[in-house]
Amino acid sequence: MANRGVNRGRRRFLVSATTVVGAVGVVGIATPFLASWQPSARARAAGAPVTADISRLAPGQQMTIEWRGKPVWVVNRTPAMIADIRAIPPAELQDPESQRPQQPPYVDAVLRSIKPEYVVLVGICTHLGCSPGYRPEIGAADLGADWPGGYLCACHGSKFDLAGRVFTGVPAPSNLEVPPHRYESEQVLVIGVDEETA
Amino acid sequence: MRKYLATCLLAVMGLFASALAMAAGSEVRLDTMKPDLRDQPSLQRGMQLYTNYCLGCHSLQYQRYSRAAEDLGMPEDLVEKFLIFSPELKINDTMRIGMSAEDATDWFGAPPPDLSLEARLRGTDWIYTYLRSFYRDESRPWGVNNSVFPQVGMPHVLEPLQGVQEKVCTQSDIALLGAELDLETGRYQSCEVLEITQSGSMTTQEFDQAMWDLTNFLSYVGEPSRLKAENMAPKVLIFILIFTLLAYLLKKEYWRDIH
Amino acid sequence: MMGNPDRPKAPRGVMRWIDDRFPATQLMQDHLTGYYAPKNFNFFYFFGSLAMLVLVNQIITGIWLTMSYTPTAEGAFASIEYIMRDVEYGWLIRYMHSTGASAFFVVIYLHMFRGLLYGSYRAPRELVWIFGMCIYLALMAEAFMGYLLPWGQMSYWGAQVIISLFTAIPVIGGDLAQMIRGDYLISGITLNRFFALHVIALPLVIVGLVVLHLVALHEVGSNNPDGIEIKDKKDEAGNPLDGIPFHPYYTVKDLVGVGVFLFVFCAVIFYFPEGGGYFLETPNFEPANSLQTPEHIAPVWYFTPFYAMLRAVNYPLFGVDAKFWGVVVMGLAIAILFVLPWLDRSPVRSIRYKGWLSRIAIVVFVVSFVTLGVLGVMPPTAERTIIAQVATVAYFAFFILMPFYTRFEATRAVPGRVTGR
Repeated sequence: MANRGVNRGRRRFLVSATTVVGAVGVVGIATPFLASWQPSARARAAGAPVTADISRLAPGQQMTIEWRGKPVWVVNRTPAMIADIRAIPPAELQDPESQRPQQPPYVDAVLRSIKPEYVVLVGICTHLGCSPGYRPEIGAADLGADWPGGYLCACHGSKFDLAGRVFTGVPAPSNLEVPPHRYESEQVLVIGVDEETA
Repeated sequence: MRKYLATCLLAVMGLFASALAMAAGSEVRLDTMKPDLRDQPSLQRGMQLYTNYCLGCHSLQYQRYSRAAEDLGMPEDLVEKFLIFSPELKINDTMRIGMSAEDATDWFGAPPPDLSLEARLRGTDWIYTYLRSFYRDESRPWGVNNSVFPQVGMPHVLEPLQGVQEKVCTQSDIALLGAELDLETGRYQSCEVLEITQSGSMTTQEFDQAMWDLTNFLSYVGEPSRLKAENMAPKVLIFILIFTLLAYLLKKEYWRDIH
Repeated sequence: MMGNPDRPKAPRGVMRWIDDRFPATQLMQDHLTGYYAPKNFNFFYFFGSLAMLVLVNQIITGIWLTMSYTPTAEGAFASIEYIMRDVEYGWLIRYMHSTGASAFFVVIYLHMFRGLLYGSYRAPRELVWIFGMCIYLALMAEAFMGYLLPWGQMSYWGAQVIISLFTAIPVIGGDLAQMIRGDYLISGITLNRFFALHVIALPLVIVGLVVLHLVALHEVGSNNPDGIEIKDKKDEAGNPLDGIPFHPYYTVKDLVGVGVFLFVFCAVIFYFPEGGGYFLETPNFEPANSLQTPEHIAPVWYFTPFYAMLRAVNYPLFGVDAKFWGVVVMGLAIAILFVLPWLDRSPVRSIRYKGWLSRIAIVVFVVSFVTLGVLGVMPPTAERTIIAQVATVAYFAFFILMPFYTRFEATRAVPGRVTGR
């Protein structure tokens, strides 16, 4: 058993070739195991789009719909509310023009909705995942006289306006998420699918 | 040592053969049905038959409409429009039924079984033969019996398609099931032969094809991953072959050291 | 023997840092590059490393299955179908596990048979054999409990039959069976405890035993087809003349074995996951029903030899009923394997140099074991019971007569060095 006549080049080539093929094999076998961690067909079925009838949502009122186990709010904003949203000085907001990808492209940058009155928001604070409370009353006692109406997260005090835009000086880093949604008809809202781009 | 192993192997071969023969043997002779999961039109027709004639009573509780749409190559909106009848069910739902187990027990004596795994439980030969073996028997509550499943508890819902089938006595030159040799004529006499006495909307060939499709669909439902597995197999096996070949060359190379 | 081009060099950098704190290079040296294995390993020597591979496969796929499985009587069956249909690649992971169970026993039986052929259980390797037998026993328990988890008809009734074996034990049997079930019948309670044992307790035991098995093996060194102690003849450097470092020679050789094994294993997974009804039994496609036994129940193929022995014992003895003796025979059939190292009195280890009596005996043993295995999957008839009885007697005769035929038969001359065969 001597190393005389050992073809080192051939040996090195075979070692690397086997290693490479073996490594590809390991990646190949890891793929199904990682893929199995994706939401299963059952989870996807449970996360399917939901429809909501918004015909009975009175102006100024909010309704909550469950989509993928999360609260989704729909607010019927009054013209006064819309005016208030527009009146908030951009300096008080972290992302007044909705630059960050927290909403689908087809919503208005300021009002963050397809129709001006109906805003659809995922009711999960972008800070650490609590669900903020709906506080439409202007100048609420605990929120200061300049409170324009919006959302307050009780967990860590993050504040959002009625378009879900986050105020400055609060822990939440970005605006509330607007889920993909479209109007099946005038009064029927579908949450979970994008507006058809015809 | 090889000789001894070969002897052992031969000695047990016979036993294995008899074990297999035993596993395959059964009282009723079944027609052969080898499913073809690549025949999408057949699977689609099968699903249509199933939703129209079977799904009223027999759920497929593990089969999602959406999965069937994808695997059988059907657009989801067409499935929603033509194959989902219950307004409560959506494309992502499984093929459930509305009938409650209590009602079913009242009507049929026992709830009709879920058929998701029927093809794996009984085999496609059994289903294919069973579907074509209903015959008139007025002594039964539903007026029909089945030669594959005696005392069957369900009506023959496909009778409008197949027509009325009855058990008749017949003579033939070949030995049919349960046939006895008639010494006078030299022919075989059997009273176990099924014959269509009143035709339905389909010819026998059409009905056989339809039942083939339905069985094919149930075979798909039994194991929806089968096609995926068979598509994946050659790639994986060829890859392993390449790896083995390389490993073999590597082994050869290293073992040149050893004398 | 010297001049191995792959001899480890003095470690530097990170390896050095680690070695100062943990004997990584030392362990590598002791168990791979410096572990000398006989150079004449044949086909049968692949199955040790393959058993290791299957164990890893079972553990990994098992962990993944646990993520989607529901261990309740209401949810177990449906959760298997959930894995098979709704979980992405769940079918693959599940088939890898179910096929792996059968593959495990194929590999283990061949591994044990190798030991039997070449006398690998003989001194000084008795503990290697005994640890191995413990693994086999734990593996049977593991497989049995795992088989209940799909909660199909076969799961249920198979467990029913096996747990009922305990009722054969006089006086305490009934209470013992009830304690194992945790209920008056097999129920969700039984399922839950079997789940705990299957996914945590027994895998821990098996992995621990595998470590013991390997530590013992590396202490005494591997046997070989000639049954010659390679440590008896060493070169100037103190390495066995007939030994070669496990790494790289046997690692590259085992890679070939792994490749061939994976080819067959994957072919089964993709094309015949039911294994002709032997790996996944047909009645298991129906949920468990405590009111109706399937027409024909048989344990999974790897238990059938012992099951056939159980059924073969059909007459009472010493005033105790046949059921008790059946269980005793079945238990003894496994227990006797533990004392095998002390039954073999031959001056030689390997079947290659034993006499013709030993050769006939091993053929009789294999034929009787396989015959029992085949009979175990078939429903019993009068003739089959007689065959099973004969085979059971032959099985035991192989062991009980071993001290005599191995001692008195004429053996062949053992060569001084291993042969190239």
